[in-house]
Amino acid sequence: MAELEAVIGLEIHVQLATRTKMFCGCELSFGDEPNVHTCPVCLAHPGVLPVANEKAIRYALLIAAALECEVAPRSIFHRKNYFYPDSPKAYQISQYDIPIAGAGKLGGVRIHRAHLEEDAAKMIHVGESGRIHGSGASLVDFNRGGTPLVEIVTEPDLRGAAEAAAWARLLRETVRQLGVSDVNMEEGSLRVDANVSVRPAGSEELGTKTELKNMNSFRFLERGIEAELARQRELVEAGGAVVQETLHFHPEDGTLHPLRSKEEAHDYRYFPEPDLVPIVPTEEMLREAREALPELPAHRGARYQEMGLAEDIAMLLAADPGTAGYFEQVVAESEGVEPRVAANWVTGELAAALRQEGGEATAAESKVEPAALATLIAMVQEKKISHGSGKTVLTDLVSEGGDPAMIVEREGLAQISDSGELEAIVSAAIDSNPQAADQVRSGNEKAIGAIVGAVMKETKGRADGGEVNRLIRAQLGT
Amino acid sequence: MLDLSVVQAHEAIAAGELDASQYAEAWAAAAAKDELNAYLWRPEGAAAEGAIAVESPTAAPVAVKDIFCTEGAPTTAGSRILEGYRPPYTATAVRKLLEAGAPILGKLNMDEFAMGSSNENSAYGPVLNPWDRGRVPGGSSGGSAAVVAGGLAPWAIGTDTGGSIRQPASLCGIVGLKPTYGAISRYGMIAFASSLDQCGPLTRDVRDAALMLGILQGKDPCDSTSVGLPEAPRLPDREDLNGLRFGIPVGMEGDLLEDGVGAVFEATLDKIRDLGGEIAEVPLPHAEHGISAYYVIAPAEASSNLARYDGVRYGMRAEASGDVIEMYEATRAQGFGPEVKRRIMLGTYALSSGYYEAYYGQAQKVRTKIAGDFAAAFEDFDFVVTPTSPSVAFELGEKTSDPLAMYLNDFFTVPMSLAGIPAISIPAGLAEPAGGGPRLPVGFQIAAPAFGEQGLLDAAYALEQAIAFEARPSGAPYPPIEGEKRTGSGGEGDG
Repeated sequence: MAELEAVIGLEIHVQLATRTKMFCGCELSFGDEPNVHTCPVCLAHPGVLPVANEKAIRYALLIAAALECEVAPRSIFHRKNYFYPDSPKAYQISQYDIPIAGAGKLGGVRIHRAHLEEDAAKMIHVGESGRIHGSGASLVDFNRGGTPLVEIVTEPDLRGAAEAAAWARLLRETVRQLGVSDVNMEEGSLRVDANVSVRPAGSEELGTKTELKNMNSFRFLERGIEAELARQRELVEAGGAVVQETLHFHPEDGTLHPLRSKEEAHDYRYFPEPDLVPIVPTEEMLREAREALPELPAHRGARYQEMGLAEDIAMLLAADPGTAGYFEQVVAESEGVEPRVAANWVTGELAAALRQEGGEATAAESKVEPAALATLIAMVQEKKISHGSGKTVLTDLVSEGGDPAMIVEREGLAQISDSGELEAIVSAAIDSNPQAADQVRSGNEKAIGAIVGAVMKETKGRADGGEVNRLIRAQLGT
Repeated sequence: MLDLSVVQAHEAIAAGELDASQYAEAWAAAAAKDELNAYLWRPEGAAAEGAIAVESPTAAPVAVKDIFCTEGAPTTAGSRILEGYRPPYTATAVRKLLEAGAPILGKLNMDEFAMGSSNENSAYGPVLNPWDRGRVPGGSSGGSAAVVAGGLAPWAIGTDTGGSIRQPASLCGIVGLKPTYGAISRYGMIAFASSLDQCGPLTRDVRDAALMLGILQGKDPCDSTSVGLPEAPRLPDREDLNGLRFGIPVGMEGDLLEDGVGAVFEATLDKIRDLGGEIAEVPLPHAEHGISAYYVIAPAEASSNLARYDGVRYGMRAEASGDVIEMYEATRAQGFGPEVKRRIMLGTYALSSGYYEAYYGQAQKVRTKIAGDFAAAFEDFDFVVTPTSPSVAFELGEKTSDPLAMYLNDFFTVPMSLAGIPAISIPAGLAEPAGGGPRLPVGFQIAAPAFGEQGLLDAAYALEQAIAFEARPSGAPYPPIEGEKRTGSGGEGDG
C-alpha cells in the first residue's frame, strides 16, 4: 500500500473585539459576573429584532482583505435552527450559501470562505462529565451569547500536524495585527477546529474526514491532529474505514472521543433570515478596509527573507510588528550594515539584554534608540570595538540609553589599534602559556584558545579576535 | 362624545371643545363593558401605569392587539405559553402611539400567534362578532376589529400577515389597512411570519386610518427591514376617482365567493364608475397560487420564530421529570394550541433537508411571480380591487374542523401580503350569509403599489363617501342605531 498522506483543513472562529454584540447593543465582556450583559434582543424575548453591527461588518471586511478573499457584493444572513439552551432564539444567525468573503489565501493555504455569525451563550455543566449528558445541572451565561464571530474555513491544503499548527499561528498573528480580535485561545476568542483525513500519497481524492474540536491551544491542536492521524493511519492500514464523526479533544490526556450522535445529528433547516437586510459593502467600506490593512506577517516575512534574513528570524520579526518596525528603523539608520546583521542584533543581543534587564519593555519601548543600536553595530563591524565590548555597551544602553560612542569613550572600550602594544601583550601571553604554545606549534589548532583568552583577559576584551589570532600565529611561526 | 370619529375628536380637543382626559375616561368606561371577550387585559382604573402610562392624554385612547409587547403589562399573543409574561420593553408602534399622547385602553384578544381567521384559535376563548354574537369576528386581529365595531374603543392596532387586519375589518364592518411591508416598525411585534407581518390600523373610517398611519409609520433603528413612507400621510379629502384605473383580477373569485358578497362587490364597482373611475380586468396569473405559497412560507418562518418559546427564560414552564429537552417538549406540548402546532409541523417539514427546494424554494418562486404580476398590473392600473373576504362572518365552530376551508378565507388578501404591497378593506354594504339570516357587513379591498398609501387612502376615502356605510351593530354607542339598518337596507352601500 502507498504511504498515507495527511489532509487537513481548519475551521477557525474569531471573536471580534467590537464594543457591542453582533445584533444588539450589549457590551462584550470576558470574565464578568454571569448574565449581566444581556437585553431583550440577546435573550430572545418575544418580538425583538436583530440589527447587524456595522463595526463587525467592517472588521469582517478587514479580515477578508488580509486573507485576499473575494468580497461578495451582496451577502445575506441565514437562520441555523437547533434547540439547545446556549441558543435562546433556538436558531443562530449565520451566513450560509452567500458568505461575506469567498476564496482567498494566506501563507500558501487557500481560504475557502469567511463568514459572519453570532456566538452562542456559554454553558457550564455541573457534574463529572463536563458535558450536558450526565451532568447534574447546566447553567447558561448569556454574556457571551451574540458576540460577533468571523468563521474562516480553509481548503484542505495542510499536510501535517506541525504544519497546521504553524499555519494557525500565522493566522493568529495576522488577525492580531489587524486589531480586530484578542485571538486568545484559552479565553476562546480564537477557536480552531480541524478536519482531518488520510489518503494514499499522490491520490487526488479526499478520504473520509473527522472533525476535531476543543483544542484550546496550538500545542493541543498539534497533539490532537497527530493523535487522530495516527489513529486513521492505523485503521486504514489494517483495512478499516474511517467513519465521519466529530471528535472531542480531552486536554487532560490528549485523547479524542466521539460526541454522542444525539449532540450532532442535526437538520439545521437553514433559510434566509427575514429580519435582516443583505450586506452590501459600499465602495467606501471596501476602500477603508484596504487602506487600514497593515503589512501582514506573511508579506513582511517574505520581504525580510529577500533582504537576506534567515527564514526563522524573518518570521520571528514578522510576527511582532513592534520589534519589526524597530528593526526597520535600525536598518534605515545604518550605513553599510547588512539587514541580516542588524536583525541578529535585534533578535539576539538586544533581546537578551532586555531579558537580562528584567523589564517588560520591548525593543521599541526600550531606551535603546534605533540610531544608537545602528551606531553600535557599525562600530563592531568596523572593528572600532570588539563584539564582546559591543555587548557591554548594549547593556549600558538598555539601562540608561544614550550614545554608544560616549559609553565606549567613558568605559575605555575602544579596540587597541596600536599594533606594537598588542604585539607586546601577545608575546607576554605566549610566554606565560608555554604548554599551549608548544601544542600550537605541533599542529593542535584548538590550543590557541588558551593564549587568545589570556590576551583578551589582559586587554579586557578590547582586542580584535582575528588580529590576535594572526599575531599569535606569526609569533609562533605557524 | 363616543360617536365622534378620532379625527373629529382630535379636532374638538384642539378647539378646546373636548377634554382629552374625560374623553379617555369615557372610553375606558365603554371598554369595561366588554361582553365580546375582546379585551384580555385593561389597566386597573382608567389609566395604565408604569412605562406605558400617559399622564395627560392628547389623543384618542387606543386598543392594542395582544401581539405587541407592552412593558410591564401582560402580553400573551393569545397563547397559553406566554401566560404571565410581562415584557421588559415596549413595541415601537405602541411607543409611537404613547408619544402621540394616546393612552392604552387595553390589550386585545387574537388568534394564537396571529394564526387564524376566526379568533377561535385564542387560548383565551373566541372573540364574538358584535353584529351577531354567534358568529366570528374574523382573525387574527378579531379583538381589534370587534372593539372598534362594537364601540369598545375608538381605534385599534392590529397586525396583518395574510389578511389578519383586512379580513376581520371586513367581517366587522370597519376599515382595516395593511401598509406596505416596511412602512411601520415590527420591533416589539411578536413574530409570526417575519417576511409578511405588518402592523396597521383598524378604524371606523378612512381618515382615522390615515391619521393613525401617520403616527405609526417611519424607519426604526431597531428594525432593519423598516423604511417608513416616502412622505408623511395627510388626511384624504379626494371626492372623485376621475382618471383612476381599477383592475379586477381575472377569474380570481372561483367558486369561493358567496352570492351576497359578490352582489355588494358589483354594486361597489358601479360606485367607482359613478365617481369617474375606470374598471377593467387585470391578469394576475399566479395569484391563485398565493394560498399554497403562503401556507408554506408563513409556517416555515413561524416554525423558527416560535422555537424560542421553550420555558427557559419567560412564560409558561411545564413540569418535567427528565432533562431540558423533555422540559422543552412538555412546555411546548402544553403551551401551544392545535393550530399553532399544525403550522410548526408544516413549516418544519417544509424547511427540512431534502424537502426545502420542493416546498420553501418553490413557494418563494411563486411569491416572486406574484409580486411580478402586481408590478405588471400597476403598469396599467392604479389599483387592484377584490372582495376582502369570500364570505360574511361565519358561525362560531363552522370551520374549525376544516383547516383548508378556514385557510381559504385569506384567498383575496394573501397575494398582497406576498407582494408586500398596501391594501385596505372598507365596509361596502351588507349581505345575507350563504345559510340565510340577518345581513352582515361586506368588505371591499383596494390594493396599491408599494408605498402608494396616500393614493390608496385618497381613493378609499372618495369611495367611502359614496358608499356612505352607516349600518352599525346593535348596542354600539355610535352613531344611534336605526333598527332597520341592522337587518334592513344597510345603507346606501347595500347592493
